[in-house]
Amino acid sequence: MSNPAYVVAKENDNRSIWRFIFNELKPKGKWLTPFNIISIPIILLGLALIVIRFWKGIGSITNLTQEIPWGLWIGFDVVTGVAFAGGAYVLTFMVYILNLKKYHSIVRITVLNGFLAYVFYAGALLLDLGRPWNVVNPIIGNNFGTSSVLFLVAWHFMLYMIAELIEFSPTIAEWLGARRARKILSGMTIGAVIFGITLSTLHQSGLGALYLMAKDKIHPLWYSEFIPVLFLVSSIFAGLSMVIFEGSISHKVFFSKISEKNHKAQKGILTGLSKICAGAMFAYFFLQLLVFIHGKHWDLLNSPMGYWFLVEMFGFVLLPMLLFVYSYRKSNILMVRVAAILTMLGIIINRLNVTVIGFRWDAPVHYFPSWMEIVVTLAVIFTEIWIFRWIINRMPVLNDPPSWAKED
Amino acid sequence: MIINLNIKTMSLDRRNFIKTIGFAGLTLAVGKGFGSPNPNEDDTEFHAMLFDSTICIGCRSCENACAKAHDFPEPDDELKAGVIRKTNETRRGVINKYDTSKGELFVRNQCMHCNEPACAAACLTQAMYKTREGPVIWREDKCMGCRYCMVSCPFDVPKFEYHSANPKIQKCDMCYDRIIKGEIPACAEACGDALIFGTRRELLAEAHKRIAENPKDYNGKIYGEDVAGGTGLLYLASADFDELGFNTKLQNSSYPELSKGFLFSVPSIFVLLPPLLLGIREATKNNLPKEEENE
Repeated sequence: MSNPAYVVAKENDNRSIWRFIFNELKPKGKWLTPFNIISIPIILLGLALIVIRFWKGIGSITNLTQEIPWGLWIGFDVVTGVAFAGGAYVLTFMVYILNLKKYHSIVRITVLNGFLAYVFYAGALLLDLGRPWNVVNPIIGNNFGTSSVLFLVAWHFMLYMIAELIEFSPTIAEWLGARRARKILSGMTIGAVIFGITLSTLHQSGLGALYLMAKDKIHPLWYSEFIPVLFLVSSIFAGLSMVIFEGSISHKVFFSKISEKNHKAQKGILTGLSKICAGAMFAYFFLQLLVFIHGKHWDLLNSPMGYWFLVEMFGFVLLPMLLFVYSYRKSNILMVRVAAILTMLGIIINRLNVTVIGFRWDAPVHYFPSWMEIVVTLAVIFTEIWIFRWIINRMPVLNDPPSWAKED
Repeated sequence: MIINLNIKTMSLDRRNFIKTIGFAGLTLAVGKGFGSPNPNEDDTEFHAMLFDSTICIGCRSCENACAKAHDFPEPDDELKAGVIRKTNETRRGVINKYDTSKGELFVRNQCMHCNEPACAAACLTQAMYKTREGPVIWREDKCMGCRYCMVSCPFDVPKFEYHSANPKIQKCDMCYDRIIKGEIPACAEACGDALIFGTRRELLAEAHKRIAENPKDYNGKIYGEDVAGGTGLLYLASADFDELGFNTKLQNSSYPELSKGFLFSVPSIFVLLPPLLLGIREATKNNLPKEEENE
């Protein structure tokens, strides 16, 4: 089908929508980019490993043991990935609840990023489930394990994915040229945002609450009854740092898609975000300090795990916090990015300390992920970036919506 | 009891979800214990087992009976003091040998069948389930293999079949199928004196009686009476429990208690946060010149 024909047909004919989608499925642009050359073999290898995993069992490609049943796939893919996806609820809170219109131009890409993160990283959970065909059981009531924190987290993941899809759906409608659908869907945005923020508050903290019963298994410097609060507060700056990081990359890679006006607004957005990050990190650092003093673990500081704790707190919380303060005072964009990357490393370290490194720190045999677990994790991340790129190249995420959408 | 939900028979739809979450908190607060059924309706007592290490001679007939009852290979490794044998996917209960200040002692290790099990509270499908007869059982048709029970169990009891495409969780179920038929667990039947089966109340009384009658033979404590909120496996020993591989640092309150506060806060956040968000939105809206809505 030639191009002019479907553009004309698109407006009226329903059937040609499918032709349009079919055409859009084809790749656009060059194939042999450095990213593709690296990612394609890893994704293919990851797929092969996934086949082995379902054929021979989880133990065939992971290093998990009876004492350490959750490893990289939970600790990094799910727990860390969801913290990074927190940008969506923070940003929708700022734009739709606090009416900070300044950040409006990055809402779509952040929500898209958050949505895909949930789909892929929570989706990666299916690989870690021994009996994934039973995954619908807590949804259909076989049975409702309402005393379980994981029950809450599972429901919230599902509902939050729906909420984020609704938040993003006007963009899809614009891409398809569906005017009426767009109108209905944008009317649902506020409801989805409020529902989404409530869900996020509960499951960001819920991911921490999962570990509350593992009291004797997590190193005391990382275990406290305040894990849920710490996880919630840290998800604020984890998410925003991801927004800064991802925004900086998208800004270069998809340069031509961004309008002049939004290019100019970027600096103000980044310094604004760094201010919020600094504030949230100050609160977090203070909370950590209170929890530490409350826990009375001074003696533990003078041990390898104690040094590691200090590195996390000073090198990856206090230092990036000061960098954020410096960067918004001096409007130094480079420093914003450096601080964001340090913060993200700090979040990875923190989540892994709770879930993997500090979990059974005293066990004679330590868990270290196998190369195959790492490849599968990379394959999941790369596939997500592929889908992300595919959507940005087609839907009005970074570029301005079509003119008809503004008139409505 | 005001709120006594039978969660199993409650039919739910999505609109009721919030309510369910709310009840999760409420049942935790009001319910007498996790998974413990309505005590008003039937007088079934929790069953339990009492292991007396002053009697056990390490013959391991309990291990063999267990393997036979559940179609597992018979254990053929030797007992050696200092080598701790663990339960695994094909071995639900083990006997270990310890050199202690009171001489050579044998201790059995298996699922503790807690009164308020962390594994059952952790299970999001109630596959791990505290029956009203006392045993904590695993139900294959419900489990999704998330292994959160393993993360939560303070005794590291549930074992996962890592090398199976259709993996199961393996743990002692106190021979639940035999108990409901009125029989006693295979291990207790094979043993006869060191490991005895009965209701938890009777066995606790028996344990206290043995300590009172022969105070010199025992260390004076019953492991399982209080630990983790009380367990269905009760232990007597002459040497200190520290010397016998028991984790004596575990808390005496139940483990589900630890996430109670969080679950209890869920309904209030669900009710309070959305109106608060709406309120902030309305309050901040007027400060700005009117812009396009919802976008």
